Amino acid sequence: MNITLKVWRQKNQNAKGALETYKVSDVSPDMSFLEMFDVLNERLVTEDIEPIAFDHDCREGICGTCSMYINGRPHGPLEGVTTCQLHMRSFKDGDTIVVEPWRASAFPVIKDLVVDRTAFDRIIASGGFVSVNTGNAQDANNLPIGKDQADKAFAAAACIGCGACVAACKNASAMLFVSAKVSQLALLPQGEPEREKRALNMVAQMDAEGFGACTNTGACAAECPKEISLDNIARLNREFLSASVANPEV
Amino acid sequence: MATIKLDAKVPEGPIAEKWTKYRSTVPLVNPANKRNLEIIVVGTGLAGASAAASLAEMGYKVKAFCFQDSPRRAHSIAAQGGINAAKNYQNDGDSTFRLFYDTIKGGDYRAREANVHRLAEVSGNIIDQCVAQGVPFARDYGGMLRNRSFGGTQVQRTFYAAGQTGQQLLLGAYSALERQIGKGAVQMYSRHEMLEVVKIDGKARGIIARNLVTGELERHFGHAVLLCTGGYGNVFYLSTNAMGSNTTAIWKAHKQGAVFGNPCFTQIHPTCIPVSGDHQSKLTLMSESLRNDGRIWVPKNKDEKRAANDIPEEDRDYYLERRYPAFGNLVPRDIASRAAKERCDAGYGVGATKMAVYLDFKYNLVNKYGKAEATKLGIENPDYDTLVRLGKEVVKEEYGNLFDMYKQITGEDPYEVPMMIYPAVHYTMGGLWVDYNLMTTVPGLYCLGEANFSDHGANRLGASALMQGLSDGYFVIPYTIGAYLSSDIKTKAIPTDHEAFVETEKQVKERIDTLLSIKGKLSPESFHKRLGKIMWEKCGMARNEKGLTEAIQEIRELRKEFWSDLKVMGDADGFNPELDKAGRVADFLELGELMCIDALDRKESCGGHFREEYQEDGGEAMRDDKNYMYVAAWEYNKESDWTLHKEDLIYENIKIAQRNYK
Repeated sequence: MNITLKVWRQKNQNAKGALETYKVSDVSPDMSFLEMFDVLNERLVTEDIEPIAFDHDCREGICGTCSMYINGRPHGPLEGVTTCQLHMRSFKDGDTIVVEPWRASAFPVIKDLVVDRTAFDRIIASGGFVSVNTGNAQDANNLPIGKDQADKAFAAAACIGCGACVAACKNASAMLFVSAKVSQLALLPQGEPEREKRALNMVAQMDAEGFGACTNTGACAAECPKEISLDNIARLNREFLSASVANPEV
Repeated sequence: MATIKLDAKVPEGPIAEKWTKYRSTVPLVNPANKRNLEIIVVGTGLAGASAAASLAEMGYKVKAFCFQDSPRRAHSIAAQGGINAAKNYQNDGDSTFRLFYDTIKGGDYRAREANVHRLAEVSGNIIDQCVAQGVPFARDYGGMLRNRSFGGTQVQRTFYAAGQTGQQLLLGAYSALERQIGKGAVQMYSRHEMLEVVKIDGKARGIIARNLVTGELERHFGHAVLLCTGGYGNVFYLSTNAMGSNTTAIWKAHKQGAVFGNPCFTQIHPTCIPVSGDHQSKLTLMSESLRNDGRIWVPKNKDEKRAANDIPEEDRDYYLERRYPAFGNLVPRDIASRAAKERCDAGYGVGATKMAVYLDFKYNLVNKYGKAEATKLGIENPDYDTLVRLGKEVVKEEYGNLFDMYKQITGEDPYEVPMMIYPAVHYTMGGLWVDYNLMTTVPGLYCLGEANFSDHGANRLGASALMQGLSDGYFVIPYTIGAYLSSDIKTKAIPTDHEAFVETEKQVKERIDTLLSIKGKLSPESFHKRLGKIMWEKCGMARNEKGLTEAIQEIRELRKEFWSDLKVMGDADGFNPELDKAGRVADFLELGELMCIDALDRKESCGGHFREEYQEDGGEAMRDDKNYMYVAAWEYNKESDWTLHKEDLIYENIKIAQRNYK
């Protein structure tokens, strides 16, 4: 296969970026999308061109590091698949593919396709946990949790924190990310004592980081590589509302 | 060079009482002093995140570092199948002693008894802690935790969260870490890479780290330094490790005096997706948990042309069930890997390259799950298609994400056709030598998790890596570090303009400048690939004297070429993944040599270390307990020059036997 890539190149956060065109030939359909970038980068080195910087690590779809915006869609054309698990058999010979970084003011570009997502860490630090110190736990089976409830919590906990939801949203809202963590812990008895505080603090931090408001378009859930459900946003809204009513001073 | 004397510092007393007694007698640090003691934690996987969070909760001042953009992305996240714990929730005869015994035996009698027993003792606490944090483990309808089996055991002691247990455990530890970051008890440095240990008066007193975004070198002081930086499987280029996983932190520590334990002990995991071509950048694991329900086979005929589903039962060779009837498909990983290699080498492999075997779910999907569901639903005499449909739903729940991943990578649907799998490098049992306190031979320098050599001997059992990482971080280091820091309370924070910091930073800068100034023709990636090929062919699943001797020479030559013909694009003043990679490959090029030297020196076969010269008639590994029942701990002198120290392994509580899974 022969592929034409138009890739966003940007030297650093303050530099102006632009799309550059690269032709890649002899692409195998069994290659992953990132392996095509590896091949291209090796060639660029021989041509004295600095390789394209992109984020990637586990290449198994679980670490949440990879983050390309491919032909206008976060993680590319397939549903429920991260960029690193996308393979070239999903494209055709002669295709032109446009690759850009996540676009959101809360995710500034570091270089080329690499963005800064530490805002997500600060949101978790504001309340995405159960306050239990090491050594304080009771026996694990002393707290029975119904299977349906546990499964729902697990489905929400499967979020990989990649930021595709933000990239997909026209408002660059982080509601799906925040709601996944709030839901996981709200669904479990362990999360109960801090339930209200958690929803209020995490939403406040999300706003402080400059993420946009949610207007319920559902683009986030449609593009989420882990298919995190919109139900979580509904749950977050309930959690936030009841917490706000219970804590009018906040 | 002053010769190091190994002292494992194992407490006196009966094995089951050592840890309890130790905990009650280890010196403590009072809360006021803890506030003045600073600890550096490098790496934020299960070991690092759990250690950083726990130590900060106790009151120490902690600085944590990771090269990823977030601590949540450390490669522990990719662990799939589960975590062991001796809870005996299934009432199937499990106990602390049994977990201890299985781990020592699984490791082919090359691990230290006292450490492994402690691991088994705290295993249950880990599950309690994780559940308290909100980790959503798999549960039964009654609300109780579920378990499944892993290789090398005959009980069900593995706790899991679908096929993404590592993710859920790491996110639990990460949330605990973020809670401490939010409180200001931990300062987090992401996208930072540790490039050197700073020693003052022989003690570890800090690190030099590079800010990977700005390129700046930074000096950080700590009363103690914890390396929790994972394994070095990427020395093979192709492995199941993440692309960024590297040996740099422990290798720098090694060159500063931390001896390296059993460097050649590498785990080759039997069930990975096979290589598809030269472009291959990494390999993907298919969890060992699949061997609960998947049966491994190859055709009985060498020139079999039929598709897998068209090959009748009588023409299939379920070679693990045939060779190891007692454990069947759940033999330990080293044995399953070698058996797959043996069949493929003999010409019975399947797939385009003939370097794969089938992992087939049909039988259990229909006969175990399909029938059980049909019975539950009261369907009498269900037809085959109904059984398949019902069984599929259960299999999907147990392994759904793994099946999806397989389909995504190979383009084939494992619900319909058997998976094709082949062994791949997965884990390194070797690592920095540590004593009972997890301290290396450099005072104040600790090593936790996969990065140390300690608990798995020559072969790790499935679902034990997560257990060890969290044991070290949550339940061991919070106690053992007190033994050292309690005597260090009078040491004030050392300013980082101290000459040791200045000098070490200068050396780091010189090395970076050298890498950039070679201006040769070949990329870091190309050297990494070539090193990987040498390692896989000559220090991989089967090793022999000739190959290892050649490999040592080839690695030395490759290293010479690296330092004369390397080309690193970009500069040191900003974000430059090529430079990061070059530094890591340079360290792999030294480590690879030591691994081959160790493998050459160990003239026996044990666990994952298989020397072709030392095998039984049936091809089983032949241990030499008389001459090799020791930990090989290598002290670095200078390039290509190491001194071997031996820690004799003494088994007082376990009867040594040939491992028998038949």
